[in-house]
Amino acid sequence: MTMPYYVAPEQVMKDRADYARKGIARGRAMVAVRYSEGVALVAENPSNTLRKISEIYDRIAFAGVGKYNEFDQLRVAGVRAADLKGYQYSRDDVDARGLANQYAQILGQVFTHEMKPMEVEILVAEIGYGSDDYQLFHILYDGTVMDERRFSVLGGDAEAIAGRLNESYTDTMSLAEAVTAGTAALGGTDRTLGSEDLEAAVLDRSSGRRCFKRLTDAEVAEILGR
Amino acid sequence: MAMPFFKPGDDPGSSFPDLLRRIGMGSESVDMGDVAVPHATTCVAMRYADGVVMAGDRRATSGNLISHRGMEKVVQADHFSGVAIAGAAGPAMEMIKLFQLQLEHYEKVEGSFLSLEGKANQLSMMVRGNLPAAMQGMVVVPIFAGYDVRRKTGRLFTYDVTGGRYEEQDYVATGSGSLHAGTVIKIGYREAMTSDDAIALACKGLWEAADADSATGGPDALRGIYPIVATITSAGWQRVTDDHLATVFEEIAMEVRAR
Repeated sequence: MTMPYYVAPEQVMKDRADYARKGIARGRAMVAVRYSEGVALVAENPSNTLRKISEIYDRIAFAGVGKYNEFDQLRVAGVRAADLKGYQYSRDDVDARGLANQYAQILGQVFTHEMKPMEVEILVAEIGYGSDDYQLFHILYDGTVMDERRFSVLGGDAEAIAGRLNESYTDTMSLAEAVTAGTAALGGTDRTLGSEDLEAAVLDRSSGRRCFKRLTDAEVAEILGR
Repeated sequence: MAMPFFKPGDDPGSSFPDLLRRIGMGSESVDMGDVAVPHATTCVAMRYADGVVMAGDRRATSGNLISHRGMEKVVQADHFSGVAIAGAAGPAMEMIKLFQLQLEHYEKVEGSFLSLEGKANQLSMMVRGNLPAAMQGMVVVPIFAGYDVRRKTGRLFTYDVTGGRYEEQDYVATGSGSLHAGTVIKIGYREAMTSDDAIALACKGLWEAADADSATGGPDALRGIYPIVATITSAGWQRVTDDHLATVFEEIAMEVRAR
């Protein structure tokens, strides 16, 4: 009679977490930085069509790193949840906290119950009406939610990038300064990223109802001066 | 409410009405009998040199009574299009809300705009979906107008209650005062008008409709309520300000006095 192997739950969880972390570390990173008029999102992404950053709702943006098909599935679920809530109640009732909780539920559920965890890290960013009114919810592959201030870094090499960003960040940055600081932090000391290596977008209070706006390569090039 | 999460083979795609049905929030057809609801009235739209202009009066009526003086029946659908609705106000407003949401939903899910023709078809399906209610008197007949960024021109679409979609070349009018407004515009219409001329002609059409049709409201200087007039060009939707409309209607009034 064969006996099934016993594997300790600690070991199962550790293996899954390692697997997810490895998958995420293979991809390129992204940062979200608060600036005076909102939140700037900058991702290292050579593709001009496969997006890491996108709009969820009037004042909410989504960003994902890791496996594209998995975070894109989460992005679409977020758009649906937000549009349904806004339709059912009011546009004012859609908030990032609710979405972040729902994302955490899904990621946590998949992490413990499915064959393989999702190899993604996502960010739900929201801006309010005042200059210091913003939310950055950073959600990990296992459903851990972190409510971050000032900036968020997602993806491989996050610690080093956060260290660099921590040095350059100030509370009074303009959009151009935020994008420049984010780009420099992503690139590190030995690489200089140009507009064609980046995908950038903003949640900007001055953009009217829909605050999400993509920055074109030309706009990013002008900001970076290259 | 849980986040809607679908398996790949089971995904409703970028359609918001499909999503509503999938999660059990789709609208059901009910027998409305002979209920009296507010009705929205005259709307016009026409092409001009840079795109299209849309205009609609502000009155909603229930039988002989004016039920609203400030109703907005010409609304922006998305950046490059607008929709104007005549008919039963309740279903019309719901249709506009769903239509706006569907265009935005598609844009966000797919990451690109629907083509103008695609938007016109979407509205066609919504009007057809309203057919059971229309059979009981809840008729909704929209005008859809927008700037086609691929063809670089303004385009107009009109609908019948069955969802039939017809593209118009020059102008279109709908609602109870459409006969009067349409005739004024038909006579005054010229190829490639300037935006000021097109706005003035649309206002004149509404003026004459309000003059002859009790369900159409005229400019209300007393309360500062003017028709909603908007242009849609390559720069997008632009509402004409009330100050501008006040001068346009003042000119029309002077012309009428001088007759």
